[in-house]
Amino acid sequence: MARTLATVSAHPAVSRRPFLQTARIDRWWSKPLAVFLGLSAFIVYSTWAALQNAHFEFGGYLSPMYSPLIFGDSHHAVLGSLPGWWPGWLPFYPAFLILWAPGGFRFTCYYYRGAYYKSHWASPASCGVGKAQKRYRGEHSFPLIFQNVHRWFLYFALAFLVILSIDVYRGMWFGPSHDEFGIGVGTLVLAVNVVLLSGYTFGCHSLRHLIGGKFNVLSKRPGRLKAWQGVTWCNTRHQLFAWLSLFWVGFTDFYVRMCAMEVWTDLRII
Amino acid sequence: MPNATFRIWRGDSEGGEFKDYRTEYSEGMVVLDVVHKIQAEQANDLAVRWNCKAGKCGSCSAEVNGQPQLMCMTRMNTLPVERPVTVEPMQAFPVERDLVTDVSVNYEIKKRIKPFTPRPPDREDGTWTMHQSDVERSQEFRKCIECFLCQDVCHVDRDHHYHLDGKFIGPRFFVHAAYLDMHPADEADRLEELKDRDGIGYCNITKCCTVVCPEHITITDNAIIPLKERVADRYYDPLTRVLRVIGVGR
Ligand code: SF4
Ligand code: SF4
Ligand code: FES
Ligand code: FES
Repeated sequence: MARTLATVSAHPAVSRRPFLQTARIDRWWSKPLAVFLGLSAFIVYSTWAALQNAHFEFGGYLSPMYSPLIFGDSHHAVLGSLPGWWPGWLPFYPAFLILWAPGGFRFTCYYYRGAYYKSHWASPASCGVGKAQKRYRGEHSFPLIFQNVHRWFLYFALAFLVILSIDVYRGMWFGPSHDEFGIGVGTLVLAVNVVLLSGYTFGCHSLRHLIGGKFNVLSKRPGRLKAWQGVTWCNTRHQLFAWLSLFWVGFTDFYVRMCAMEVWTDLRII
Repeated sequence: MPNATFRIWRGDSEGGEFKDYRTEYSEGMVVLDVVHKIQAEQANDLAVRWNCKAGKCGSCSAEVNGQPQLMCMTRMNTLPVERPVTVEPMQAFPVERDLVTDVSVNYEIKKRIKPFTPRPPDREDGTWTMHQSDVERSQEFRKCIECFLCQDVCHVDRDHHYHLDGKFIGPRFFVHAAYLDMHPADEADRLEELKDRDGIGYCNITKCCTVVCPEHITITDNAIIPLKERVADRYYDPLTRVLRVIGVGR
């Protein structure tokens, strides 16, 4: 006789392991621990870098954590100096004016969600490992249902790719008035940053859906089919690009910072 | 012949315990072979379900050293034998006896999902034309052998028992729903059920289901997330909502 859902749910013989209990004998904690350390290190570094409010540009180079620079006493500033109406009591941190966008994009990214639900929330800490939470709402209702805004951050992230590409172009102009063409190691660092961020952004699950995944018949839309296949290529490497680009954003900021602090010397290639 | 200790869970719905069995095994044996050897030589009443011994029937699902696996596809040379090999029934389902669980809840869940609803045939002889590139996505999901290992490892089932409560259909049935929903000839709409009754929001994309699937179906990335995006399109995206109201877009 088939059991109905109700009688099965009342079945006493379904067990549950206590928090962090498992019969696994492999090092199940190593990956979530690595993710915990990696993500936490990035959050700490980027917050620190944003609070520095200094050493974020060097000649034509601008740190991606400060780009676009909306206000500032710099040729990079889009709208010029800090306007007079900015309240004096409000400290001005240009990085925080823009970091919400890439930050929100990564926070709501499907890959990172799955990763930090494990590493930072232990829900579950690893597959087949007991949980602490007795009640569970997941992304079914408030507050995590808001993860669905991800596609909106995607639109901003696509715009950032354009902005950061312009930064690479500006990083090709040297000299006191930035009119001398050249390529420095820093230019390459900025360029690699755009490549890795593109690999990450173009592998986004929301983009994969919007560009073609939402249609069941793509054979009649050859352009979309090609685009969907391209996004799918990046999407299968989404985790890889997520980490490479995360590391490289931090490194790019660090590189510009080291040059600006005159710790490192930026070599000119051309 | 080398020796190994198998620590097998013995019991029924009332409770049970692990019992150790020391046995010889030969190279090339899989866990199911060793369990059968123990059954033949030491524990004639040991209950274990199996059929094909080829990883195709999905009957022999169990947890070997804490990993949800097909016993017939787990080779002895992949396991450390210095320590006992634990073999226990799937944790997410009610135990019937020893290694056998009652997975019938899955058949109940499947009945709730709107079946294949094709558009009218394209031709008078009752056939359809479909392009290979369009059926490909669905075809991946056809590989499922219904071993229910993904259901077992998913924490929403395993720790919260939402599949037993009827609040969550679980990864196997998101795969099934995705198969139907992405099929180029299917016309049924399953999004509202997926969002509310089937609990797709409970999946937190931790990908444990994908890791255990013996058919290597990319459950999370290819089935669940695309369905989540379809649900987001309709219910959570203000822009696509407006576009639909004014008649642009799908
Ligand atoms: S990805 Fe979703 S369905 Fe798969 S195991 Fe994790 S929570 Fe469960
Ligand atoms: S999706 Fe994979 S793991 Fe889940 S029941 Fe099917 S074959 Fe088994
Ligand atoms: S899913 Fe990772 S960026 Fe969109
Ligand atoms: S016995 Fe058929 S899958 Fe293992």
